[in-house]
Amino acid sequence: MTITLEALDLKKVFERRTIFRNISFLMSEGQSLVVTGRNGSGKSTLLKILAHVLTPTEGSVKIFSGLHNLSHSSHLHIGFVAPYLTLYEEFSGKENLQFALAVRGLAQDAALIDRLLDRFSLGGFKHAPARVFSSGMKQRLKFAFALVHRPPVLLLDEPMANLDTDGINQVRELMTEHRKDGVLVVATNDISDAVIPDFVVDLNVSR
Amino acid sequence: MFVLGTTTIILFSIGGEGIGADVLSGMLWVVIFFSSMSGLSRTFVSEEERGTSLTLQLMATPAAVLGGKLLFNIVLASGLNAFVVILYFLLIAEFVLKTYSIFVLTIVMGSIGLAAAATIIAAIISKANTKGTLFPVLSLPILLPLLIAVIKLTSMAVEGVAFEEAMDEFQFLVAYIVVMVTVSYLLFDYIWKD
Repeated sequence: MTITLEALDLKKVFERRTIFRNISFLMSEGQSLVVTGRNGSGKSTLLKILAHVLTPTEGSVKIFSGLHNLSHSSHLHIGFVAPYLTLYEEFSGKENLQFALAVRGLAQDAALIDRLLDRFSLGGFKHAPARVFSSGMKQRLKFAFALVHRPPVLLLDEPMANLDTDGINQVRELMTEHRKDGVLVVATNDISDAVIPDFVVDLNVSR
Repeated sequence: MFVLGTTTIILFSIGGEGIGADVLSGMLWVVIFFSSMSGLSRTFVSEEERGTSLTLQLMATPAAVLGGKLLFNIVLASGLNAFVVILYFLLIAEFVLKTYSIFVLTIVMGSIGLAAAATIIAAIISKANTKGTLFPVLSLPILLPLLIAVIKLTSMAVEGVAFEEAMDEFQFLVAYIVVMVTVSYLLFDYIWKD
């Protein structure tokens, strides 16, 4: 079944200030979108709304598999990475990923967890508590955390934050890969961070 | 420590004076109320303070989060209340029960009611800036009907009233818990997603 992400007439108002309005798009598997705009333009707000963790003032966001609406189980179909996302610091990298599967009610997959930790160069630190990680390592762990339940929709807010050259290359590779068989949304100030997108939402013109 | 402190203060203040069942029952629930306030409010506040609310939102449905936090609070309130009751029995010799069935059911249902109300209030105050002060302020009016009912039931247990005579109060407790859980379930989605 083809996965689609539909945003319809999104509007967000915070304390009488309209952050954005009239944002609509329909994306299918194999497509990517870049959300851009100056600081405070609402990029993170829009991504949180797409992730179903923030309610829009007006409009709706839906995820479909064919004609079947998956929005009620968005936590199973969305992967989200952002600098302001905090993982469980007392847990190790491996435990964070195991916890992410357990809370979602999914079966543990030790091979996948090891593969993801290795992919983001955290294989040697999988038993170390996340609180001892550097900010770059924490950002890498967030990518593993976002992918552990194999989500078809991947939402990345400033994905290159805190990453070194190797990390940036790993994320570029991930974006290219995910774009082939999933839905990819990237919010960034620097459009060169993202793969060449199919759509661009410029929040500087959406107020 | 709070439980031990307040129970000791009650013990010293009543001294050797003969205190009525109503006053002793009221004091028991005062200790339970304030000790619960300090513990039950942490459920959502700790997620906000550690910054893991968003992580939890991404992993579970609002109903699952509410269910989990409610269960945790029920277990915490039951354990805490059992400890308070044991300490109260040990230290306050004047507190003698005659109808145990009423008392046990009151403690069980009181713990569930306290946890149900405290869970949704904790979710509301976790989004506010003045978390510590707001919790008791919001809790008191919501918990007052519950506290009045459980204090009355505890007095009945001390006075030795037959179990059947306490049925009206137990029906009220069941209704209170059902209303609290239903309202929490309906409101939580809006609170959790701002």
